[in-house]
Amino acid sequence: MRLTDEDKALLRGEKGPALRLAAELVVAVGEAEGAASLVDIVSAHVDGCLYHGPSGLDFVLELVAGGGQVAVPTTLNVGAIDLLHPDLYRGDRASAESARRLMDAYTDLNCTPTWTCAPYQLPERPGMGDQIAWGESNAIVFANSVLGARTNRYGDFLDICCALIGRAPLSGLHTDEGRGARLVFELAVPDRILDSDLLYPTLGHLLGERCGSEVPVIIGLDRRADEDRLKALGAAAASSGSVAMFHAVGVTPEAGTLADALGGERPSQRIVVGQEMLSEARRSLSTGNGPVGAVSVGTPHISPAGLADLAAMVTGKHTTIPFFVNTSRATLAVAEETGDAGAVRDFGATIVTDTCTYITPIIGEVQGAVMTDSAKWAFYAPVNLGVDVVFAALSDCVATAVTGKTVEEGW
Amino acid sequence: MIAVVRSLVPGRASGEALVLEAPLSLWGGVDVSSGRIVDRTHPQLGAELRDKIVALPRGRGSSSSSSILAELLRTARGPAGLVLAEADSILVVGALVARYLYETNCPVVVGDFPGRSGEIWEIWDDRLMRNGGESDRGGR
Repeated sequence: MRLTDEDKALLRGEKGPALRLAAELVVAVGEAEGAASLVDIVSAHVDGCLYHGPSGLDFVLELVAGGGQVAVPTTLNVGAIDLLHPDLYRGDRASAESARRLMDAYTDLNCTPTWTCAPYQLPERPGMGDQIAWGESNAIVFANSVLGARTNRYGDFLDICCALIGRAPLSGLHTDEGRGARLVFELAVPDRILDSDLLYPTLGHLLGERCGSEVPVIIGLDRRADEDRLKALGAAAASSGSVAMFHAVGVTPEAGTLADALGGERPSQRIVVGQEMLSEARRSLSTGNGPVGAVSVGTPHISPAGLADLAAMVTGKHTTIPFFVNTSRATLAVAEETGDAGAVRDFGATIVTDTCTYITPIIGEVQGAVMTDSAKWAFYAPVNLGVDVVFAALSDCVATAVTGKTVEEGW
Repeated sequence: MIAVVRSLVPGRASGEALVLEAPLSLWGGVDVSSGRIVDRTHPQLGAELRDKIVALPRGRGSSSSSSILAELLRTARGPAGLVLAEADSILVVGALVARYLYETNCPVVVGDFPGRSGEIWEIWDDRLMRNGGESDRGGR
């Protein structure tokens, strides 16, 4: 791999031990991936702040002790604790303490304490062609697909190393050649289904199962696929598969035409997606069909527009079961101003920030299944929390919570 | 006979080979408190990774697998070394972080698998040997 004089100085430890360690890891990964060189990045998003065990904490404390400070604006993904509402945590005290120390250590490296899995909903976000190093699978797929920014999948340890040196290996999705679609999905469903919020996460789930880590292109979506719907699609595809980028012809920025999305190559496979296939994917996301004991929405973190929609839906109503809404502290601040947060609380919902209900003990014992509008939540929660899940549209989540009877839209 | 392979994390290690018959995500697929495969869909459910030379046909799934490999190595429940069919940066990062923090030794190479589970394999930087150097595949 070609290294610059600055890269070599980092490896010699001329900028301190933290940057030497960071450079060693980034270069080792570059060598493993066959990267030609490293490339400057304009921002980073770090997922390492969620506690998995002592090694994650030991590593970041080593970087802090070695004088590490991030070289580019760096946002932080969710931690295990809601720092604004810490009483929501139902786990043991020792884990909570370690989780909090991990979150603190990342802010010591001068990362911005955004604590959100949806950094693309913050005012400052990367744009077309920007080279970035992002962690968190749904953020990665959104940045590549919807923003046209360029990132590979950066995981624990590596994300913060790229942030510290402001460089990443030039390979894969950082290059033009890595961004062409190989699989074509042709949507063949009645037009009215494109109005259904449920279509998008369901289609994403199906894509992830069939693509693995390949880049797919979708034909048949239109302007109704707004940012919130593309977010749901990408998050689902990055859960059931390792999809880091998708194209949608006429919708996403690098897919003006099918030929653009394919990048001059021939597709390896063409798949027609009909209503039957979607219905099956949708059914496979629900593990239970009994009574619903709780609702969780906002995975990935609900946007200001999504929270406004929810507020309009619930005004004048009251939930009969525990109802959780996950969002970022930035979105909550906006929603406090507009009154949407108040409307959601008056409905009886609990607003969770800085973390998410599928990765940390917040929901507690549930009498029955948990209903969610998120394919990502539906994919992970049964294993992580040991609950049954019913996957349904947001409006059905609200109707079910109000009536206490399971309501599911049909198509 | 010795196979020349591509070294991703240098080092020397030997142990009983565990050739995985299907891709495995360490995150969600291996229990860090036992070092055993817990992925219910995996054909080698229950197999122990500790001190084995583990051969992986293909990386899969979560980028949190770096943390799981580092945790396994930290608690001495990790593999002795890894032989990968395809380069996988997630596992490279986990092995390097554990080496840096805890001085563990888990060399990682990319190459053809020289034999079957149960044999003794040895990794020495960019060389992979079977049964004390009698690999019948030879160099590539």
